[in-house]
Parts: sequence; structure tokens; C-alpha cells
Amino acid sequence: MKLELRGITKRFGALVANNNISLTVEPGEIHALLGENGAGKSTLMNVLYGLYIAEEGEILLDEVVQKFAGPGDAMNAGIGMVHQHFMLVPVFTVAENVVLGHEQTTFGGRLDLSAARAKVREISDRFGFDIDPDALIEDLPVGVQQRVEIIKALSQDAKVLVFDEPTAVLTPQETDELMIIMRQLAESGTSIVFITHKLREVRAVADRITVIRLGTVVGEASPTATNAELASLMVGRAVELTVHKNAPELRGTALSVKNLTVIDARNQIVVNNVSFDVQAGEVLAIAGVQGNGQTELTEALIGLQHHVTGSIELDGKPLRGYSVRHILDSGVGFVPEDRTEDGLIADFSIAENLMLDRSSGAPFVKAGNLQLGFRARFAADKIHEFDIRSQGSDMEAGRLSGGNQQKVVLARELSRDLRLFVAAQPTRGLDVGSIEFVHTRIIETRDSGIPVIVVSTELDEVVALADRIAVMYRGEIVGIVPGTTPRATLGLMMAGEHAPATEAAL
Amino acid sequence: MSTLTESNVPVPASAPIVKPTAQIRSWKIPITFGGFSVLSLILFVLFGRGQRGELSTFRLSEARDLIQLPEVALPTFATGVFVAIVLVLLAAASAWLVYRHRKIPIVLTILFALLFLVGFLAWAASGSTIPVPGLLIGTVTLSAPLIFGALGGVMSERAGVVNVAIEAQLLAGAFSSAVVASATGNPYLGLLAAMVAGALVSMVLAAFALKYLVDQVIVGVVLNVLVIGLTSFLYSQVLAPSANLNSPDVFPRLNIPLLSEIPIIGPVLFRQTIIVYVMYVAVAVVYFGLFRTKWGLRVRAVGEHPQAADTVGINVNRTRFVAVTLGGVISGFGGAYFTLGAVGAFNKEMTNGMGFIALAAVIFGQWHPIKATLAALLFGFATNLQNVLGIIGSPVPSEFMLMLPYVVTIFAVAGFVGRSRAPAADGKPYIK
Repeated sequence: MKLELRGITKRFGALVANNNISLTVEPGEIHALLGENGAGKSTLMNVLYGLYIAEEGEILLDEVVQKFAGPGDAMNAGIGMVHQHFMLVPVFTVAENVVLGHEQTTFGGRLDLSAARAKVREISDRFGFDIDPDALIEDLPVGVQQRVEIIKALSQDAKVLVFDEPTAVLTPQETDELMIIMRQLAESGTSIVFITHKLREVRAVADRITVIRLGTVVGEASPTATNAELASLMVGRAVELTVHKNAPELRGTALSVKNLTVIDARNQIVVNNVSFDVQAGEVLAIAGVQGNGQTELTEALIGLQHHVTGSIELDGKPLRGYSVRHILDSGVGFVPEDRTEDGLIADFSIAENLMLDRSSGAPFVKAGNLQLGFRARFAADKIHEFDIRSQGSDMEAGRLSGGNQQKVVLARELSRDLRLFVAAQPTRGLDVGSIEFVHTRIIETRDSGIPVIVVSTELDEVVALADRIAVMYRGEIVGIVPGTTPRATLGLMMAGEHAPATEAAL
Repeated sequence: MSTLTESNVPVPASAPIVKPTAQIRSWKIPITFGGFSVLSLILFVLFGRGQRGELSTFRLSEARDLIQLPEVALPTFATGVFVAIVLVLLAAASAWLVYRHRKIPIVLTILFALLFLVGFLAWAASGSTIPVPGLLIGTVTLSAPLIFGALGGVMSERAGVVNVAIEAQLLAGAFSSAVVASATGNPYLGLLAAMVAGALVSMVLAAFALKYLVDQVIVGVVLNVLVIGLTSFLYSQVLAPSANLNSPDVFPRLNIPLLSEIPIIGPVLFRQTIIVYVMYVAVAVVYFGLFRTKWGLRVRAVGEHPQAADTVGINVNRTRFVAVTLGGVISGFGGAYFTLGAVGAFNKEMTNGMGFIALAAVIFGQWHPIKATLAALLFGFATNLQNVLGIIGSPVPSEFMLMLPYVVTIFAVAGFVGRSRAPAADGKPYIK
């Protein structure tokens, strides 16, 4: 089925998310939609899927103008979507999720799940997925959940499939397999829209590439274009794709973690007997697919987990079992992975957010009184130093862009006298400019002699920053390898295969 | 691309993730067991000997039963000592299990509770007779409004709307059923009016929660206060002066032939009013509806992940509205129990907090219609035990016994029987 978007414009108040976007996807074509976070890709696809109604423009399928009042209409017209955040009910089975919204019933309104199971098996056989229709979604790995999403779309005879940032949650191997599936689908005549900001993937799989920036189409590119060309088209200027850094100046072991085990509220061992050291002056990156214990590991370091055994020592002093306050006072800086939930209070001003963890005493508080003058000067300094684009230190943090919010978090954490810096997913959802800035600050922190731990699910980021890389899989550290380890090796380790012999050398 | 296929995933694609688990030592249960063991030692052993009599009698049949079972007479003190010793042993066993990082089986908890109950009954009834059928019949009868309320709550919360207004729905049902049944002289019309009233209360909750996105707990609390105020006002201004508006016919007990003659079970389950018989049907229908039909799948989907439901073309707010309204119909029907099933007239605030106990049953019953029903039965039992002990003149002060259902509720809700997991989107309005 041929898909055509003509002059789509979508506004949210004063913000124009999509400005006169036109796009054609031929049958059997994989059309990549490339753009930065916040460029308007997802908005466009939500318009296509009937979740948003566009102010202007029209959607055509096989030259016929469509009017979608909701996702149901779009689905009936043959559009399927694999969402970035899976639209699957975790406590339902695969079959229940696949039939939801299109249930067949037998006598007395009974749900006919056997038909649904047969459908799942049929599609899953066609693509070699090997999926049990009766498995609960919450028990399945994310890569498999994504296949359920694909089955769900195909079970509705989707002729146009939209993949919204599908690789964000996958291991490199799973990503490769997804590419193969996309090819298979395209060959069977499905039109595919592939939304991403990852250049490598676009070049691997796309037939055509449309680049959008700030809600506008800025050009088409062919898959043969170089990374640098695509990046500059996407960002609008030449981009440094690598982080400049010198060899680390190691100054002895600062953080020492031994046999750390974390048990969560559901009695699951989420971090299993993990040991590692971080030297002052180096970046240890913790790589791994989301949900393999990285979150809990960083939370254990900062004292946010309750059932922790093993030892954590910073400069020879134990940290495990102490309060968060004590750990912060010991000089641990922490950038949480969810900046809007855990990093900032959205309704507080920038200045208030900058002193969140400093309210216990001078210079911010004297005799129980906030030192507003000092705070204002401090905030002004930091806004200048970290280039936080805002309307002044009284602006609510929630109104800043993602990149500027993250700068506020960084400014707060780095302005203390640090002995250890832990950054979890420091650039998730940020634009390229902000990513460059964050990476530079992290390397500067390292060079000032502070041990740094960076947790990231993005292999690009891990490779760019790390002096050493610890790969986590199902709560364990699969191996600790040098920062120069090839991506293919890291990818295998992220899927649980043990590291080559290099590990022993460290 | 062919090279890529070789690097296939090392695990079978659909293998569920089996996360290793570890038992965190929680001393909650051993400590509680220990507390009750000590209590039983004090009550049954220290104060167990011969204040009122040597024997505790349990009567298993009613006078009019066809099949008469003999009375069981237990020696009060010996039973107490035996129970206390076993309870101490069970508490020690639970402590040992926790010490060895093992899970305490649920059977142990149930056994402990039952034994304590037997010991307590034997102690409380020393020198007198406990009518077991009467105790259980009353349990089912008293549980009826709780079960209806809990079913209404389950329905609403499974769809993602927190229903704190069960009390209001019960009370509105009680009031309108009394008035309509009195005015028309037809108690069945009263039942219908009760359902309508419950539905109306629910619709207000749904409208504020879904359309105006007001905090659902606050709307629920306000509705409770509103309905209490409204019915009390109407009672004193309208019903009190003209008594003919507040004298509905009470449903008689209907004995189901044959079934009602089964020893113990017969009188308990099959010598009840039509309201209780409807309750059996309601439990089955709600269970079937939620877990076996297309409609139920959709209701649970909007309660767990409304966005997922929306993206497959399900109208989230309409589905929620219908489920909440139906929940109100069920709760409202339960309200009719107070007037048409028991008292025969409406009184101010006659639901007396039963709606909140029903809410506790929803949580204790893990948002599952059958488990919630069992929870409601437990609470009903606690309430009726207090009545029965009051009648036979047990040594426990009745004020203390009045606390019992609430104490049971607190222990239940505090998580002694497994952790409750609410529907993921419960209480969260869906905004696109």
C-alpha cells in the first residue's frame, strides 16, 4: 500500500510540532524518518495513527484521502504501529494482547482465545518468531515483547507499518534481527516507516531517508550518505561525532565495590554478586540493555535501595548501609536516569532545584533561613557556567527543554566537592548539542581526578566516554573490558556471552 | 545481511526471564503469631479454668432441621491448653522458617487462624452453647451488602477508577429502595430503585473522575459525605413525619427444597432471602464478565494500560464510565439489603461504615471478585461473631467485640495474606 502525507501541520498552542510535512512511502519500501529528539517525528506518526488530529494537510492511502478520528480508524485502513513504549498490557498474555480491540467471541459473549492463539502461532511461524501465545507479557524479554507488537499489527492486516524508535530498548544483536524482520516485511509488500535518530541503523536498512528538523522536512538523503552528512543535515550544522579525550591519568583506586547484591521489593535478586573498582581519574561505563540491574546498582551506590549486601567503599570509607544524606556528604554526585521524575522538581524554579540537596546548612541556609541572596547569585553563576538557556533563575525547571533540564541537574551535582560522580543515562532524550555538552563535562570531571561511573544503554555513548566498560546482564557483570573493545564483542556481552580473555589482563 | 543471521540470539526468543529470587527475612508473621500465642496462653490457660463452666458446647443443627446432628461438647480448659500449645509450636515453626530464609506457607497461616478461632470460641462459650448454624447463617446474611459493595468496587477499580464511594452507593440504595418499595408496595421495584440510585452515585463519581479529572479519592469521600447528609436530611424532613413512606415489606426467607436440608450447609446457604440468592449469581456473573468475556478483557485493559487500549481503538473513558456505572448498580442493589433484607425501614446512616469494610475487602481480595467475596465473608463472620457472643453472654465486653471486624481488616490490609497489586492505572485519569 502506498502511503502519502501531504502538507501535515500540527500545532500545540504556539508550538508548531509539524510544519507542512509531506512524505511518500511506496509499497514494499523502508522509508526512514530521521531527526533529533524533539524534531517532531513522533508527533507526525501520531497524526498518521489517528492519535492526534492535524490542523492542516491530508493522509492518503493508495491515492485515497483518509479521515482518522482515532487509532481504530487508522488500523482499519491498514496502518499498524510498533510503539516506542510498547502498547502491551503487562499482566495479559500474548494472545490477549494481540486480540485486544478485535476480540472474537463465541456463545454467550465468551472470549474466543483459541482463535487468537492460532493467529499468534500462524504469524509467529511465518516470521520464525517462536512465541508462546500463553506467556505473560511481563515475563518476556523486551526484544520478544517487540515481536508481539509486530504480531499485533500484522494480525490486523497492516499494510503500512510504523516503527517508532524500535531499537532504543534492544541489544545490538536484537537490533540486527529486527532489521532482518523489517526487510522480510518489506519484501512481502508492507510499506515501512522507520523512525529513528540513529544514523547507523538508517544506513543499514533504509531505502530512502527523509530528515526532519524542528518540525520541518529539511531534505532527503540516500542510504549511501556518510554519517557526517546525515548528522549535519539532522542537526543543521557540522557535528562532532566523537568525544575528544586524552588517555586517563589514573590516580589509584577510589571506589571499591565487592560482592554487591541487591534484592528488590518482589524478592528478586536484581544485582547479583557484583564487584568492581573505579580509579580516580577514569570513566567506568556500565553498559547493558535497559533493565539488567543497572538502575538498582546505581541506586544501591547512592543508598536508595533497602536490601543490599556486600561492601561499597569510597576512599577506604564504607558507604553501604548509610543514609543518602551521609553518602551525599561523603562526596558522591548522582545524576538519576529519569531527570523529570528523580532529578528535578518541575514546579520549582531553577534556583530552587540547584540547591535541592544543600538545604541542610550554610551557605544556603543559616539559622533556619534560606539565604535567598546567596542562592540567586549562585544560580546566576551556574546558569552562566553551564549555559542553561532560560528566562532567569526564577523560571520553573519544568518549562526548560530536556537538555537544559539536564544541565541544571549536572550543575547541581558538579558544584559540590565530589569524590565520586555517578551519571545514569545522562543523555537520554537529549538533542545532539546537549549531548556534546554533557559528554564534555563528564570528561572534564574525569580529568579533574574524580572517579566517574556512567551508566548507559546506548553503545555509542559507552564507547565515546569509557576508559573501561563493565557489561551487565541479568544483574551480573558479564565482564569488564577496555574502552577500545569492538562493538560486536560488547554486543555479545550485552546478550550474556562472556567476555574474551581480555578480562584477565585487567 | 546474511552475516547478521548467524549472530542469532543465544536464548530461545520467547523464554520467559526467570529472575532468581531470594527470601528477605521478614519477621512480621512470626511476631504476630507469637503475639497471638501469648494471648492464647494468657486467655485459655491462665484465665481458662472454670469461671463459668467446664464444657463449651457447639450446636450443629437447628431445631427444625430434618437431619439432626449431635451437639459437640468440648472440655473448655483442655481445649484451651491444647490450642495454646499448638499455637506456640506453629509460631516457633514460622520463626524457624524465617530464620532459614524459607517462605511461610499460606496453609500455616490459615491453620493458625482457624486454631486460634476454635480456641477462642471454646473459651468464650464455656458453660454455654454456640449455635454454629446461626453463626454461619448470620455470616452470609451480614456479608451480603459487603459482597455487593466489594463487587461494585472491584468492577470500578478494575476499570481504573478508585471507588471510595461504596458507602454512598450502599446508603443511596438503602434509602431509595425503602421509599420506592413503601410507596409502590412492591419490594421488587424497591430493588430496581436501589440499582438506579447506586448507578446515579457512580455516574457522579465517573463524571468528575473521567471528565473533570478531579482526584478520585476526594470525589469518593465527598460523595460519601454528601449522600449521608442528603439521606439524613430527607429522612428527618420527609420519612419521619409520614411513616407510610418508610415501611417497606421485607423479603421473606425462601427455603430452597432439598438443598436447604443438607446439614449445616443447607441452612447457611439455602435458607436466605432473594437478595442473597441474587448475590450468588452476581459473584458468578462479575467473575465471568471480567475474566471470560470480550467486555471484561477491555475493562481490565483500560484499568491496566489505558494507552494500549486506546491505540487498538477502545474508547477508554466510555469503557470506564460503563464499568463504574455497573459497579454502582451492584453496590446499590446491596444497599437494599439494609432495608428490604433486614430492618424493614430506613434509618439515618444505617450502612454504618459497611462501605469502607467492603473497600477493604476489595483490597484484601486483590481486586478479584471471588477473593473479594471470601474477604467480605471473613469480615461478615467477624461482625456476626460479635452478635452471637453478645447473645450467649460471653465474658468479652461487647465494645471490644465491636472492634473485631476492624481489627481483622487492619491485619488483612496490612498484607498478611500476600501482597496486593492494584490494577496499574487504578486512580489515574487517562489524558491523551
